[in-house]
Amino acid sequence: MIQKIIFAGFGGQGVLFAGKTLAYAGMDAGLQISWLPSYGPEMRGGTANCSVILSDQPIGSPVITTPDILIAMNKPSLEKFENAVVPGGLIILDSFLIDKKVARDDVEAVYIPAKHLAGEAGNENLGNMVMLGAALKHRQMLQIEMVYKSIEEHTPKSRAALAELNKKMIDIGYSR
Amino acid sequence: MEKKVLMKGNEALAEAAIRSGCRFFFGYPITPQTELAAYMAKQMPKRGGTFLQAESEIAAINMVYGAAGAGARVMTSSSSPGISLKQEGISYIAGADLPCVIINIVRGGPGLGGIQPAQSDYFQATKGGGHGDYHLLVFAPSSVQEMADLIGTAFDKADQYRMPAMIMGDGMLGQMMEPVAFQEERDPSSLPEKPWATTGTMMKRKKNIINSLYLTPEELENLNNDRQKRYQTIMENEVRVEEYQTEDAELIFVAYGTIARITMSAVNMLREEGIKAGLIRPITLWPFPTEAIYARAAAETSKAFMAVEMSQGQMIEDVRLAVNGKKPVYFYGRNGGMVPDQEAIVKQAKQYICK
Repeated sequence: MIQKIIFAGFGGQGVLFAGKTLAYAGMDAGLQISWLPSYGPEMRGGTANCSVILSDQPIGSPVITTPDILIAMNKPSLEKFENAVVPGGLIILDSFLIDKKVARDDVEAVYIPAKHLAGEAGNENLGNMVMLGAALKHRQMLQIEMVYKSIEEHTPKSRAALAELNKKMIDIGYSR
Repeated sequence: MEKKVLMKGNEALAEAAIRSGCRFFFGYPITPQTELAAYMAKQMPKRGGTFLQAESEIAAINMVYGAAGAGARVMTSSSSPGISLKQEGISYIAGADLPCVIINIVRGGPGLGGIQPAQSDYFQATKGGGHGDYHLLVFAPSSVQEMADLIGTAFDKADQYRMPAMIMGDGMLGQMMEPVAFQEERDPSSLPEKPWATTGTMMKRKKNIINSLYLTPEELENLNNDRQKRYQTIMENEVRVEEYQTEDAELIFVAYGTIARITMSAVNMLREEGIKAGLIRPITLWPFPTEAIYARAAAETSKAFMAVEMSQGQMIEDVRLAVNGKKPVYFYGRNGGMVPDQEAIVKQAKQYICK
């Protein structure tokens, strides 16, 4: 089993954090994992992305050229990575922020107004977690309980309320 | 070993250094190693150490020189252009026979170059870098875990041989997060004593002198020859190398660091197609695993070698010296921050073996 996921959006949307959350859960589930951020000038106000690999074998390159899953949280990210996704792969996009459809017909496309849903649930900045929840629903990567447990474990006790909020947002994406 | 945590290579190097008893860090920020200095800035004051952001790389390496002379476990870190600036100080530290650890999270060059991963500082790291006949111990980890494991070794070996050690990583290893488990923390006071350090005589012993200036040629030559003898001992005892699937391999890759793990995937792909490939991964770049490579080159099973690097071909010179004409040595590399994937390595390898 190997799953290659790219999380992409603007700096500040939490794409690096969403990737980290998945990476932690993968680690806790006993998988090999790697997390690689973009660290160029694009971090400063432009697009940001990170590459997460979950595998039951040692991971060679942490660079993802052909993702199995693309989580796109803005239009430039969709445009940049859409054609790189493997045939049969999954593209999840925040339809509240991206007024465009996936042009390819050989991939599975999921449209979810993540920012809007997160706002309704109390914090519009947590669209990243809603997107992660949707990814976990559409691809059997990890048990959802495992992800929740991992979030609890890796959130400082002083910020337990944040862990609850993150779990709630993942659940919104997962149960939809 | 403790429970695994998820950390960037840069942060893991910093944490492992503190656990190895390092209490002094002097540096100057540069991408892609800045997280290392940032981690030190946060942690050193809490753990009884000193973090100092110097006014320049040159100042930082000379602070390392001073602290090393006083017997401290000390390190600095930078990336390629910053390491170039430090070369004068590194040569002085080597000339004064002082231990320290220098981290180079390599980025594409020359000049200011770029900020993406590269291995184009191999010559600089292994063939001197600064002036004079000297070497650094050079370690080349290929995962975040290995970064954490090798830094304690680098400190210990630097102390043992009284010389600077370098960890040569790259932007990818510095920036990526992987699970890592750390060794238990060592108390700096439990480390072996350094009777040569300039810590004050307390009127009880002769003065220790730390110096790299020797104006009498006979004296300088003697000192240099002694140092070369130490280098000989190191070449005999401190080589570290990993071999993967080399036993029956016809095509043997030689690669280190980030590109070694990608080459390992290429070996697996070739093996699936029935092509007997293997990998020799130098973990120490100096001393270089010459004998391990020669042994495979002299064996009847091997047909060709291929150096894979994130440069236009630097380590390949050491591979050729090791192979010593026994078998052809091919090359594949990208540079400037480009990281080849396993498919590209496989494609290139097939072109050579099908010739």
